[in-house]
Amino acid sequence: MQRIAIPLFAAAVLAGCAAAPSRDDPFEPMNRASYAVHEVVDGYVVKPVAQAYVDYTPKLVQTGIRNFFGNIDDLFSFINGMLQNKPEKAGNDLGRVITNTGFGLLGLIDIASDAGIPKGNEDFGQTFGYWGIPQGPYLFIPVLGPTTVRDGTGWIIRAYTTPVGYIPDVPTRNILWGIGFLDARASALQAESLVDQASLDRYTFIRRSYLQRRQYLVYDGAPPPPKEDDE
Amino acid sequence: MTMNEHATVARVDDGLAARACARAVLGLLVLAFALPALAQEAPDALVKRVSQEALQIIKTDPNVQAGDQARIRDLIETKLTPHFDIDRMTALAAGRAYRSATPEQKKRLGEEFKTLLIRTYSSALRQYRDQTIDYKPLRADPGATDVVVRTEVVRPGQPPVQIDYSMGKTPDGWKAYDVVVGGVSLVTNYRDEFTQQVQAGGVDGLIKSLAAKNAGGSAK
Repeated sequence: MQRIAIPLFAAAVLAGCAAAPSRDDPFEPMNRASYAVHEVVDGYVVKPVAQAYVDYTPKLVQTGIRNFFGNIDDLFSFINGMLQNKPEKAGNDLGRVITNTGFGLLGLIDIASDAGIPKGNEDFGQTFGYWGIPQGPYLFIPVLGPTTVRDGTGWIIRAYTTPVGYIPDVPTRNILWGIGFLDARASALQAESLVDQASLDRYTFIRRSYLQRRQYLVYDGAPPPPKEDDE
Repeated sequence: MTMNEHATVARVDDGLAARACARAVLGLLVLAFALPALAQEAPDALVKRVSQEALQIIKTDPNVQAGDQARIRDLIETKLTPHFDIDRMTALAAGRAYRSATPEQKKRLGEEFKTLLIRTYSSALRQYRDQTIDYKPLRADPGATDVVVRTEVVRPGQPPVQIDYSMGKTPDGWKAYDVVVGGVSLVTNYRDEFTQQVQAGGVDGLIKSLAAKNAGGSAK
């Protein structure tokens, strides 16, 4: 891996230097290098495993796993709804967590959705944005994917506070981390095939998609119109 | 003037009046038939009609169901692209470079971009077979010439995805010039990509990489 990665890294740094760094992505050369490493690791290992998981695991199992981690998402959505002073959304998320944890086998069954309780999607990165903290430089982390300094800080807080991290049995905890990661990667497969078809340069396409999406989420679906910087 | 002559004039007048009347009626009839065509279909009604027609075909056409790419592209080309303002999309995506491009470059750029959009859209359609679409009420002034039509795609067991169409009024009816999926604007995405290609190889470089992409080359 190292033997492939180093020339790739060098090539990517050179390619990155050729492109003028954009305002959102001051570390573009470094990020493109990370992206090149990611392409190798993801393409040869992570993606095939995620694809196999989607193709060969019973749908019921996949749904249960998606629901289980979705329940943890709802817990964080509740916390962040409160931090953003959105009591109604937070209330829905809390209701979902209680319903699904209590009556849906610790979240394996999403009874709350069947009952029509809308699912929120707040997270720490959005809370920081809501508080007016700028997104900071764009970052591409190998294996994990696109983020920004602001969103990445949110990730780290979540990683340290998630209930999965408090499971005392280490093997169980590690297996859950692994399954959670696989589930997250699998859920991106469909969108990824669209990126492959649509993009001239995947790196640029993913970056702009990610930043637009996050801006949209921070403003709960009603972002201010973008500044026309070349008009 | 004799009585007879008076009568003749009156008859002529009657005849003229009758003919004028007939013409007016005919005119009204023509207008009545022509009006629906003249009055432009409202943008939200247009989005709804076109997307429902397309979904109907996707769900029922055996060739589309079997994944026949040529049939899917043909469907998009005939049903959907007439309702997109490709020139405006190209101009928006290419920005400054478009304004300084030659007419020939603009034409080729528009054609390549259109092909890429069709191919992208057809791979999106393949993924979203079991979707239903909710149409949000249009909030716009009756005299508006630029509106956003909001829809929401609902898929079983997954969070809904908002799809918004930015539409402008043109002499040929309302046409979409941007599609925003879950907050991600297609035109904004392509603006970054096009800028990068133009910086590297000018407008011709951009056309060349679009053409290579359309010819089946994969993304870097």
